Amino acid sequence: MDTITIDQIIDKHQCEASSLIQILLDIQSENHWLPKEALERVSEKLDVPMSQIQHITTFYKSFSLVPRGRHEVHVCMGTACHVRGAQRVLDSVTEQIGIGPGETDVDLKYSLETVNCIGCCALGPVMVVDGEYHGNITPAQVAETFKNYE
Amino acid sequence: MSELLLQIDGKEVTARSGATILEAAASVGISIPTLCHHEKLEAHGGCRICSVEVDARGRTSVVAACLYPVEQDLVVRTRTRKLERIRKSLVEMMLAHAPDSEVLQSLAQEYGADRDRFEKEISFCIHCGLCVRYCAEIKKKNAVGFIDRGPRKEICFIPEIAARECWECKECFPLCPTSALQAAFVLVKALTFPSDAD
Repeated sequence: MDTITIDQIIDKHQCEASSLIQILLDIQSENHWLPKEALERVSEKLDVPMSQIQHITTFYKSFSLVPRGRHEVHVCMGTACHVRGAQRVLDSVTEQIGIGPGETDVDLKYSLETVNCIGCCALGPVMVVDGEYHGNITPAQVAETFKNYE
Repeated sequence: MSELLLQIDGKEVTARSGATILEAAASVGISIPTLCHHEKLEAHGGCRICSVEVDARGRTSVVAACLYPVEQDLVVRTRTRKLERIRKSLVEMMLAHAPDSEVLQSLAQEYGADRDRFEKEISFCIHCGLCVRYCAEIKKKNAVGFIDRGPRKEICFIPEIAARECWECKECFPLCPTSALQAAFVLVKALTFPSDAD
């Protein structure tokens, strides 16, 4: 991620230290994760100490300090999804994209994460790819779904 | 600054408005145990070992003496059964993290805390924040900070800043009520300069 993009994001928030989390979120959504160079730039521009940025980025689970794929895959393992076969969906996803929960593939295409409930239990089992919900999904449909992602 | 009259453990105490209960008590020689308090730093209210009972606005409540500002006619009790029970439990919980801390052991003796009440989870750190706040407020270097949260929260040096600033300073070491800080620094030192480790 280049400095110009980072500076644009920071400038969009008027360089306000109080917008720190919003800036970090914007960088994260642009780049999928927070590289150290980006955090150093933010620290410098906003005059916020690195220790504080580190505290915030490790506190919130939505921030990632390690590389993440372009497509974020979440498989719900909540109770309702679990009894309707979430484990088989997860196995199928793992087989399809070749990575386990919490992992990112080498091409930085996918990151897989399990979640404990996404609040739409009636649709279970549910898989979310880049914020798009795939409800009542079967292991057989998983392969079909991933064909649409580049 | 107006003077306020309050009562601490039955003693009449005058204090200036804006002072905390802890400061007012210290002025008449009543000692309240503290762990996260440092006179040069902003009050933190993290360890809660300074909890005292106050009667204010018609009710009794337990508050942190290092944060609570004095009020006119406030009645404060620093030693009651309830407070001893609270402090005992707090010390027991902190001992699970730092069982060999001398400060905690002397508090444990005072309040009859059982060192082995809770399963040991030795992290050495009791999250008093003294090192983090000292580095930020006094030294203004921000070389050490907290990372993560809840049970995984710990102190962490920023290697780049630590390598530059900490060698000469090390002023935060004696502040630590346990030995966590020194251990963390030694770790950073080892990671930053692997050749110096031996």
